Amino acid sequence: MGFIDHLIVNAEGNSVELNGAQILVQSLKDEGVEYIFGYPGGAVLHIYDAIFQQDDVKHILVRHEQGATHAADAYARATGKTGVVLVTSGPGATNAVTGIATAYMDSIPMVVISGQVPSPVIGSDAFQEVDMVGISRPCVKHNFLVKDVTKLAETIKKAFYVASTGRPGPVVVDVPKDITDPTIKVPYKYPRKVTMRSYNPAVEGHKGQIKKAVELLLSAQRPMIYSGGGVILGEASRELIELTRALGYPITNTLMGLGAYPATDKQFIGMLGMHGTYEANMGMHESDVILAVGARFDDRVTGKLAEFCPYAKIIHIDVDPASISKTVKVDIPIVGQVKPVLTQMIEQIKESKKQPSKKALTAWWEQIDKWRSVQCLEYDRESPLIKPQYVIEQLYEVTKGDAYITSDVGQHQMYAAQYYHFDKPRRWINSGGLGTMGFGLPAAIGVKLAFPEADVACVTGEASIQMCIQELSTALQYKTPVKIINLNNRYMGMVRQWQEFSYESRYSHSYMDTLPDFVKLAEAYGHVGMLVENKADLRSALEEAFAMKDRTVFMDIITDRTENVYPMIESGKGHHDMKLRVAPGTPTDRELA
Amino acid sequence: MRHIISILIENEAGALSRVAGLFSARGYNIESLTVAPTEDPSLSRMTLVTRGNDDIIEQITKQLNKLVDVVKLIDLAESAHIERELMMVKVKTSEATRGEIKRIADIFRGRIIDVTPMTFVIEMTGTSDKLDAFIKAIDETSIIEVVRSGATGICRGEKGLHL
Ligand SMILES: Cc1cc2nc3c(=O)[nH]c(=O)nc-3n(C[C@H](O)[C@H](O)[C@H](O)COP(=O)(O)OP(=O)(O)OC[C@H]3O[C@@H](n4cnc5c(N)ncnc54)[C@H](O)[C@@H]3O)c2cc1C
Ligand SMILES: Cc1ncc(C[n+]2csc(CCOP(=O)(O)OP(=O)(O)O)c2C)c(N)n1
Ligand SMILES: [Mg+2]
Repeated sequence: MGFIDHLIVNAEGNSVELNGAQILVQSLKDEGVEYIFGYPGGAVLHIYDAIFQQDDVKHILVRHEQGATHAADAYARATGKTGVVLVTSGPGATNAVTGIATAYMDSIPMVVISGQVPSPVIGSDAFQEVDMVGISRPCVKHNFLVKDVTKLAETIKKAFYVASTGRPGPVVVDVPKDITDPTIKVPYKYPRKVTMRSYNPAVEGHKGQIKKAVELLLSAQRPMIYSGGGVILGEASRELIELTRALGYPITNTLMGLGAYPATDKQFIGMLGMHGTYEANMGMHESDVILAVGARFDDRVTGKLAEFCPYAKIIHIDVDPASISKTVKVDIPIVGQVKPVLTQMIEQIKESKKQPSKKALTAWWEQIDKWRSVQCLEYDRESPLIKPQYVIEQLYEVTKGDAYITSDVGQHQMYAAQYYHFDKPRRWINSGGLGTMGFGLPAAIGVKLAFPEADVACVTGEASIQMCIQELSTALQYKTPVKIINLNNRYMGMVRQWQEFSYESRYSHSYMDTLPDFVKLAEAYGHVGMLVENKADLRSALEEAFAMKDRTVFMDIITDRTENVYPMIESGKGHHDMKLRVAPGTPTDRELA
Repeated sequence: MRHIISILIENEAGALSRVAGLFSARGYNIESLTVAPTEDPSLSRMTLVTRGNDDIIEQITKQLNKLVDVVKLIDLAESAHIERELMMVKVKTSEATRGEIKRIADIFRGRIIDVTPMTFVIEMTGTSDKLDAFIKAIDETSIIEVVRSGATGICRGEKGLHL
């Protein structure tokens, strides 16, 4: 039931009058919002009162505002809808900043409503005042300060419009308390559409450019398709698959693009970049034509720029002109949404008399298969210790490759990316651009709310999980039974790895020797805790955990603490200069353990 | 190379900080920046002077265009344009130097707009280069204060920046 159901009709009998708080909540409803993730406080009390008086828009009370942003962000990543957050002024707003920046770096559509002190006292260092518009400015797509309650509904509409179109991103709407004053009522109408003269994101790509791109693609001898998060954001997985299959070319995905092309397909040659596969990075290095789709040539992907793809002509499809030729100069830029651009390319390829050279392609695949035969992801399967890679492989089998996997940041994140083969888009939910530890657990809750029937697992590490552990309480309150796969290596493994490689193993502060008893901790929060110390127990423990459909299970899995993520391009090196794992079963691993 | 970028931006609170913040966050340099409302009160016009190679300028214009409040922009360096900057200079004068200062100001088409027994204020407009040249031409030790508006500019002919 919403406010409109018991609306106040004015004298003319056609206009609805609502107060600012009601307008805000009704606007969210009219926008089709299902969940708001939030935390109350003085500046938003009017809004909370309006939330209390309806039940269309459901509020999820988190335990820390950072959790609210990550949960809303992950909800957006999993569904494609815009995530919504509500926080109070001052500390509520600043606590949300990490999550806003996380969404910003990965181009995730999110609307964050922050309370603000009343307009008349803005600028007076009032209680719980921070300049949220100023603080958030560098990490939002756009932000608004609402100055007039009659503009509130339109501002909310604009916020959703900006957040979800073009290159998506978070938008902050800062709402001073007086704007939501329950005693001031104004006519309410939620605009069905907004236009902004200053904001017209590209949709279709330039026809001439697309034609040139198709010609170049069809004449390639050693082609590579390099696709990223933009394909997922632009819902163009189907088109990407169709194009890739029509061409028969090898494809690699960025960390953010995993799942856009099925990882189990034979044309998929793995992730590229710092911890990408040997075949993907060597393929990029030797390629003569690269089709970059919705990817932004991040430094974790390119490695040393001067040595990046020395032989390749590059086609780049991106909706954001600023992503094009930012770090790597491209030969054929195409500004537009991936979906219509790929659709046009597919049509032109079908119509074209030209075909990819069979001979060249066969030779190219032979070369790729040689690189593949290095088996760069092999690890010591005989080890008596629980290898983190083994855990992910088992997780993949137990969930039949069909779970939503959220992750935190570190080695465990890379193992999840490398060993869980994502066949569908929006299944792999992680913080790539900002690399925010603490993301995984609230993210899992956000995903589980969106897909209550699906298996949702959070792959985490003992350091990361402690950054938002309080959300275990949220998981209980809202009955979001997620599975926490804690790859407990008793190290900030990713930090330790860099220290091992670059600082002669001086493990400065990458170790915590007072870890909590995670099993008891989970139990204290009302969940199931499981400790897995023996390799032999892992499979059955996983099966047992996933069989508990209605319980959140915290699996504390004691893994080999010396394991490192391979392959690796160390910083400052090129794609062809990868550090590979030494032959499986080398003594160092076990000796140290 | 030096570029003059002219921007039409929504006349909203915070619009200036979006532009200034973009430059500091991305490490682009701003030599000067002028802002004022236009004939349409909902729009401000900013003129920004920056330096950089072609790649940097390309990123600057793309990043500026990406700001949601930016309606339109033009890089004046790309076509024929007129550039003007306003400067006021306060100089120390004496019986002996007055004539010389006036003569130099005349050559640069400056005007003396305030006179006291000890000082002149000279007003001058022109390209930033011309203003620099004037400063070099007068005795450095006589300068008390220099106020410059930063460059503004407009395209010649049909071309221009409007909605
Ligand atoms: C510990 C750690 C290690 C990492 N190692 C790696 C690694 O080995 N390999 C790796 O790839 N990454 C790695 N990353 C992630 C990396 O930091 C970047 O986040 C990632 O590479 C960026 O992915 P992307 O290029 O797909 O861009 P995204 O950040 O997903 O950006 C998407 C691009 O697509 C565009 N776009 C969005 N929507 C559309 C649309 N509808 N149509 C057209 N274009 C659109 C955007 O403008 C943008 O340019 C690592 C991160 C961490 C934390
Ligand atoms: C908020 C935050 N602080 C610091 C870092 C830097 N950092 C990256 S990985 C990592 C260690 C993570 O340790 P853990 O969660 O145990 O994962 P592991 O690497 O051991 O799998 C750190 C500290 C970060 N990414 N995010
Ligand atoms: Mg760890």
